[in-house]
Amino acid sequence: MAQVVEQMRHVCALGALQSVLAIERAVPILHAGPGCGQKLWDVLGLENGCQGSGYTGGHTVPSTNASEKEIIFGGTTRLREVVANSFKVLKADLFVVLTGCTSDIVGDDVAEVAKEFQEQGKPLVYAETGGFKGTNLYGHELVLNAIFEQYLPPAGGAIENGLVNIWSVVPFHDAFWTGNLHTIAGLLSRIGLKPNIIFGPGRGVNALNKVPQAQFNLLISPWVGLRNVKLLQEQYGTPFLHYPALPIGPTETGKFLRTVAQFAGIATEPVEQLIVESENDYYYYIERAADILLETRMMPRRFVTIADSFYALGVSRFLINDLGLLPETQFITDDAPVEYQKDIAAEFEEFIEGIKAPVVFTNDGGEVHEQIRRINFHSRPLIVGSSWERVLSKEINGYQLSVTLPVSDRMVLNRSYVGYDGAQRLIEDIYTVVLQDFQ
Amino acid sequence: MPINIQNLESPTRENRLGAITGYQGTIKDLVSKASGCALKNRERLFSQTSACSSGCAQGHLSGIRDAAIVSHAPIGCAADSIGSNVQNKWGNKVRNWENQNVKFICTNMTEEDTVFGAANKLREAIREAYRRYRPKAIFVTTSCTSAVIGEDINGVIDELRQEIPVPLAPVFCEGFRSKVWASGFDAAYHAILTWIVKPPEKKTNNVNMINFRGSAKDAITNIFARFDLKPVFIAPFSTIEELSRISESAATISICGTLGGYLGNGLEEHYGVPYVKSLQPHGIAGMDSWLRGLGKATGREEKVEEFIVEEKKRIAPELEEIRAQLHGKTAVVGMGPSFGHNYVRVLEELGLEVLWGATWHFDQQYDHGTCPESSLKLSSAEKDLPVSVCDQQNFEILNLLHKLKPDLYVSRHGGTSVWSTKMGIAAAMVADEYSAFGYQGLLDFGYRLIDTLANRSLAKNLAARIELPYSDWWLQQETFSLLEEAVI
Repeated sequence: MAQVVEQMRHVCALGALQSVLAIERAVPILHAGPGCGQKLWDVLGLENGCQGSGYTGGHTVPSTNASEKEIIFGGTTRLREVVANSFKVLKADLFVVLTGCTSDIVGDDVAEVAKEFQEQGKPLVYAETGGFKGTNLYGHELVLNAIFEQYLPPAGGAIENGLVNIWSVVPFHDAFWTGNLHTIAGLLSRIGLKPNIIFGPGRGVNALNKVPQAQFNLLISPWVGLRNVKLLQEQYGTPFLHYPALPIGPTETGKFLRTVAQFAGIATEPVEQLIVESENDYYYYIERAADILLETRMMPRRFVTIADSFYALGVSRFLINDLGLLPETQFITDDAPVEYQKDIAAEFEEFIEGIKAPVVFTNDGGEVHEQIRRINFHSRPLIVGSSWERVLSKEINGYQLSVTLPVSDRMVLNRSYVGYDGAQRLIEDIYTVVLQDFQ
Repeated sequence: MPINIQNLESPTRENRLGAITGYQGTIKDLVSKASGCALKNRERLFSQTSACSSGCAQGHLSGIRDAAIVSHAPIGCAADSIGSNVQNKWGNKVRNWENQNVKFICTNMTEEDTVFGAANKLREAIREAYRRYRPKAIFVTTSCTSAVIGEDINGVIDELRQEIPVPLAPVFCEGFRSKVWASGFDAAYHAILTWIVKPPEKKTNNVNMINFRGSAKDAITNIFARFDLKPVFIAPFSTIEELSRISESAATISICGTLGGYLGNGLEEHYGVPYVKSLQPHGIAGMDSWLRGLGKATGREEKVEEFIVEEKKRIAPELEEIRAQLHGKTAVVGMGPSFGHNYVRVLEELGLEVLWGATWHFDQQYDHGTCPESSLKLSSAEKDLPVSVCDQQNFEILNLLHKLKPDLYVSRHGGTSVWSTKMGIAAAMVADEYSAFGYQGLLDFGYRLIDTLANRSLAKNLAARIELPYSDWWLQQETFSLLEEAVI
C-alpha cells in the first residue's frame, strides 16, 4: 500500500456495504459516521457506471450516523435502537451490521448487540469494517466470511452434484459485475454445470442458502475471494478451484472452460463443442472487423492497463493473446496484499510467444501517471483504465477507455466483458474510441 | 456570535446558529420559536445515512483551481474526490476550460496509524502535494479517525510552514462533530478567511459571488456589468490570488444563505465588506430582494430598480402562460433550509400549491444574528405552511409523500428524487444552484416543471414494476412517529 494516495481507485473496507446490497433484499446497517454511506455510495453507486441505489441503497441505507455522543459514551444503545427499527421499517431477508472507523476505534461491542438479535432468530450478521482496516475489496471478503460464519447453517447437509458456487468480480466495484457474472453462469450452464451466484437480480438468500450444498467453489479472481473459498473449505469441506484470470476472449475462455471441466470431472465433448461453436461465431465478426483493424491509420499497437487486478490481468491477456497488441507496464491499483503479489505478477509472464509484461503494484494514481508520462510508446497508446485517465490520455495523445473504478464517464447496464461475447463488446468499445477520436 | 479568525476552527452550526435536524410543525411556529432561540432538536429512533462536514468542505475547496487538498483520513473519506472531479469537469465544460484532475491526496490511514498516529504520513502527504501540483495553497482536512485519535495536525502544519512557501490551512471538518453537513462549508470558509484572505490594499468594484459550480456566470456577469460591478465567483473555479483579495470587494452576495453566511459575515466583520442579507435570487421576489440588497450595499439603488422594472415587464406575459399551465398542481419540497424555504415561494410564483416544506436542517439564526430571511418571508405569508426538518431521512420523506400524494416532488441533494419517482410521483431535482435564477430563470424552471408533468411515463412504469423497501407497517404509521420528543 502506498504511503499516500492520489486519484482514488478503491474505497475503504466499509465500501463492502455495496456487496450486501448486491444480495437481493439484503440490507446493510451502518454503525458509522453520518457521511460514510453517502461518500461510499457516491463512488460505487453513482460515479462507477451509474449503478444507482437499487432496492435499498443510497440514502435508504440505515445508519446510526454516529456523533460525538456515541464516541464519548459508546454507541451500542444507538445501534440497538436503529437495528430494532430497521426490522420494522424495511422489508428485507437479511440485515448486515457494518461498523465504521469511529465504532472500531472506541471499541463498541457490536458482537454483543448482533448476538441479541440473532438469539431472537432475526436474520442479522455483523462485520467490523472500519475504513482504516483496508480496501473495499478486503471489506468484501470480511462481509462474505461474516455471512458464511454467522448466517449459513452448520455442515452436514447434502451435496448437490454439479452445483458450483461462483465467486469473482466484486459487485459495484466492478461496474460490469451483473453482466460479467451472468455471462460466467451462462458459460457454465452450457457445459452442464449448475452455477450458483448469490449476487444480482433473482438470487438473494435462496442462492445464499444453497452455498453449502455445492460440489465445489469456483473463484475467478487474481486474489479477492481467496479468504472466502478457504473458509468454505474449512467450514463445509467444499473444494475450490482458483482460476486467477478473468476470461476475456477466445484464448482465455477456452482455457478456462477446459480447466473447469477437468476440475468438475465432466465430459470433454460438450466443452470442446461449445468452444468450437463460440470461436466460429467470434471469428465470423473478427474476420469482418479485420479490414478496419489492419488498414486504418492510427490504430494503437501498445497498451497499458491501470486497473484492479481483475481487469489488468484479464484485459492484458485478451489484448496480447487474441488481438495482437503489445504491453507496456501494467499497473495494478487495487492494493493487492503483498502476500499475493508474487503470484499475480507471475501471471503476467504467461502470455503467448514468450511475451511478458512488467507489473507495478500501486494504488497511488499520481505515481502511475508520472511513470506513464516517462514511457515512449512510439505511437498512440491504448490506455485501459478509469476515468482518471481521460486527462492523462489527452496529454500523451492516447486512446482511453474506462473499465475499472471509477467509470464515471459511462452508463453501464448489463454489459459484460467476459467470455466470447464480452470480448466482442470490448473490441467495439475500444475501436469506437479510436474511430470517434478523429471524426 | 462574532466570527473569530484567531480560532483554529469554526464552531458547528448547532453551537453557533442553534441549528436543528429534527422538527415537525408549521413555518409560523418554527420561525416564532426560532426567534427566541427556543427550538430544541428532536432526535430519531431510526436513521438513514445522511452526509457529513468533510464531504462539504472537501467538495467545495477542491474546486479552487490552484489549491491542493490533503485529506488526513482513511481512504474512504477521500472517496468524494471522485465526485468532485466529475463536478469540476462539468464546470470546466461550462467555461470552455481544459480539464484537469482534482488536486487531492489522501494519507490513507491504516489500523497501525490509529494506534501510533500518522504525523509522518501527513508530513509526507503535504510535501508530496507541494511537489506534485506546485499549488498556491494546501488545505489539510481532518477526518473522524484523525480527530478521535487526537492527531496534532496543527503541529505538523506549523513545522512545515518554514519549508513550504505557500499557505497551509487546516480545515477541521470531521464528520461526527455535527449532524449538519453544512458545518463543513463553514470549516472551509473559516480556513479561507483565516489563511488565504489578506487585508485590503485598495477597494474595487468586485462583488464576491459565493456559489457552487456557477453555471449562470455569464448571466450574472452581464447583470452586474449594468451596475458597473464585476463578480468574483467563489470558491470553486476561483484562484488563491483572487480569494486573497476578496477583502477589497465592494460587497459579498451569495446564491445560498446556508453556504455564504459564514464568509459573508466574516468579511463584513473583519474587513468592512458589506454582506447582502436577502432572499435567495430564485424567482421574482427573491431576485428583487437580492438585487435591491446589492444596490443598497453598493449605492446603486436606482440602476437596480430600472433593471427590475424592465425585466419584470419583459417576463410578465410568458409567466402568465406558464402559471396557467401549472395552476392547481401540488408539490412537496425537500431541500437544504435556505433553498427549501426559497423554493416554496418560487413554486407559488409559478402557480403551484405547495403542500409541505421539508428541509435538511434549520438554522435558528444566521451569523448576522437574525432568523434566515427566506424563513421570515415565508412565515409572513397568510398561509401557514406545514414544515418539517430532517437530515435527508428518506423514510420520513417517503411516508410523507405516500400520504400527501403531490403531483410533484421538488428536491435538492442527490438520493431522494429517485424514491419519489419509484412511488409514481414525478420529481424535479434542482442539481444546479442557478435553476430558477432570477426572472428568466423562473420562466426556464417553469417550462422544466411543465415538461416533467407532461410525460410521467418513467415514474408510472417504474412504480408499477418495482417494490419499495418500506414495510406496509411503516407507510401506515404517522410520519413523525419515530421522531422523539425534544429533550429540554
